[in-house]
Amino acid sequence: MPDQLLFAIEVALNGLMTGVLYALVALGFVLIFKASGVFNYAQGVMALFAAMTLVGIQKGQVPFAHLINSIFGTDIHHFGWHVPSIIAIILTAGVMVLFAWIVERYILKHLVNQPEIILFMATIGLTYFMEGFGDLMWGADLKRLDVGLPQGINDMIDITTAEWFGYGFFIDNLDIVATIIAAILVAGLILFSQYTKQGRAMRAVADDHQAALSVGISLRFIWVLVWSLAGFVALVAGMMWGAKSGVQFSLSLIALKALPVLMLGGFTSIPGAIVGGLIIGVGEKLFEFSIGPLIGGATENWFAYVLALLFLVFRPQGLFGEKIIERV
Amino acid sequence: MKLTKLAAFAVAAVVAASPVLADLEFPSISYRTGPFGANGAEVADGFSDYMTLLNERDGGIGGARVNAVECETGFSAEKTLECYEATKGNGALVYSPLSTAATYQMIPRVTADGIPLLSMGYGRTSVSNGDVFSHIFNFPGNYWTGASVIVNHLLDINDGSLEGKTIALAFHNSAFGKEPIRTLETLGEMHGFDLTLLPIDSPGQEQKSQWLQIRREKPDYVLLWGWGVMNQVAIQEAANIRFPMENFIGVWWSGSDNDVIPAGAASDGYKAVTFHAVGSDFPVFADIQKYVTDAGLSAGDGGNVGTVLYNRGMYQAVLMSEAVKVAQAMHGTADITAAMMRDGLENLVITDDMMEAIGLKGFGPNFEVSCANHGGPGLGAIQQWDAETQSWSLITDFGAPDMDVIAPLIAADSAAYAAENEIASQCN
Repeated sequence: MPDQLLFAIEVALNGLMTGVLYALVALGFVLIFKASGVFNYAQGVMALFAAMTLVGIQKGQVPFAHLINSIFGTDIHHFGWHVPSIIAIILTAGVMVLFAWIVERYILKHLVNQPEIILFMATIGLTYFMEGFGDLMWGADLKRLDVGLPQGINDMIDITTAEWFGYGFFIDNLDIVATIIAAILVAGLILFSQYTKQGRAMRAVADDHQAALSVGISLRFIWVLVWSLAGFVALVAGMMWGAKSGVQFSLSLIALKALPVLMLGGFTSIPGAIVGGLIIGVGEKLFEFSIGPLIGGATENWFAYVLALLFLVFRPQGLFGEKIIERV
Repeated sequence: MKLTKLAAFAVAAVVAASPVLADLEFPSISYRTGPFGANGAEVADGFSDYMTLLNERDGGIGGARVNAVECETGFSAEKTLECYEATKGNGALVYSPLSTAATYQMIPRVTADGIPLLSMGYGRTSVSNGDVFSHIFNFPGNYWTGASVIVNHLLDINDGSLEGKTIALAFHNSAFGKEPIRTLETLGEMHGFDLTLLPIDSPGQEQKSQWLQIRREKPDYVLLWGWGVMNQVAIQEAANIRFPMENFIGVWWSGSDNDVIPAGAASDGYKAVTFHAVGSDFPVFADIQKYVTDAGLSAGDGGNVGTVLYNRGMYQAVLMSEAVKVAQAMHGTADITAAMMRDGLENLVITDDMMEAIGLKGFGPNFEVSCANHGGPGLGAIQQWDAETQSWSLITDFGAPDMDVIAPLIAADSAAYAAENEIASQCN
């Protein structure tokens, strides 16, 4: 096989893996948008907050230590224990449920029946609040995330492809794990929404708020539920991206990578988020590989949006979004 | 020495005779939040703690207390300009925005307002030509000297020849990241190495394409010109493709503790160029502990003391405060103005004796600033990370860059700026 074709295949495979990571972020947006029509601008910062909380719990960090020390003149930073990863993940998931409850109780509850743009603006406010609150709670320093996720080249794929094609493909172990976790997550979400009472209630609210309310479904409970699920998805996304770069403010910017995925896959479809992520991932990587060198490189950020816009022109609701029908 | 004593006596006499001295205003444009907040906080801590030390231990500089109030920018050039406009009227002596983009925008403003700007190791490289840039300083090193010092290091470890070698530059796709390209291209022609350019869009969380290309093309060395998350991801990606860390060298903004810690043991052996020493094995840190940390006056929680970026912020404060002393001695007053501060910066001479007196013997190279040369000699050293001990160490002495290559580039760039802005010679 010609070298360039082999390289292109390797790039495409890595694009697929990267697309899964984009899809993980996009999933959180979809869950909340589908159930409440709210575009949650805070999804990125939720991933950051979840990752910060995970590291903080894991390392036994005292929350608000800087504030406590400033007020009381103390010098406390750590409890002195180290929490095993799995327990820290469970506890962090609990914190994200608490976060969802607080968001519903103190923000969403007061904005019922308000136009969607008001809810969107509220999530912008929530974003900036969470940025500062997270820093205050856990500190703004860069944190190393170590929950035992494997990283680095997968030797088996490298050796096998080298034997077959004379060129060993690079696939990151972390990307493989992310793909498996994303698959489990999507399967779990689909099963949950199809086969549980709460899941069906969630779908009912997504279809028609008023009708769902009329049959006794609690809108407030559903909002807590979807925000909790989005919080859990944010935790998973934060873990995956945080393992690559450490936990720091920039994690919140991964939301920017999810926007073209949502534009392409549709804001209301879980499979759309996955397929959209894969298309964006492969598209931007192949474009960078083939065209990038001719035009100076660094094309990925803008090309993802160009690709999404192209899809929008022909299918405004996205690949898997519900068809927009306006009746007069 | 006699002159120094006389100058000190003169300043002391003036101080004693003066009724009330205004504070020396050092607006600290900082960013503890935003995408580069983790790095910005360390620099700000180092700067602030040293200024606090001067107040608490020495009663200020020459008897005048220092007022270093922070203005948070979140690394926004727009907010940096807002901070500048909001603070310049308070008697600001000098600015240091810690951002190349903001520096570019501030150059005409500070020059018009007569306030000096010190862009230490960043900003527009050609400002080291003081004949054109009267109020801008970038000692002790700039991007071009940094690039040259790295190439000199590569020459040293390759028996003086880079003929036929390939070097890839992974750079932040911005004015900052593009700064070393011209120098490296010129050095490439001179030493016979091929340069591959790999731009990475900000913030740099996704670099898979670039590292797949590096894996395919197998350059002998990779240079990193990044800041913030771009560095952490780059070092992790290099580890992922098993690129030899000792062949991976960053600029000083890609050589902090924050950059290597996330990758854990895999970052062992990574190198970076630097213009100051590493670690906290210097007497000044005992004073910081005693007068600042133990007194509860630290700018942060005290956890950053001795990190690379803390040291850099502290070094910036050291050089600024030494320039204040020069200005005070030159003008015979402790209560200096921005114009006097500019004179102090332009006549700054750093010697071993001075650094020893400060408690930082060997921390940085000796250098002199002059009207024509606002950048100093650009000496740099190479530091290397030891993942096991979680510490950096200098593996070379401070060496000189290839000024035969850099000086013409500085002259050409500054001449173009002077022509564009109709600036007459400042040093005649």
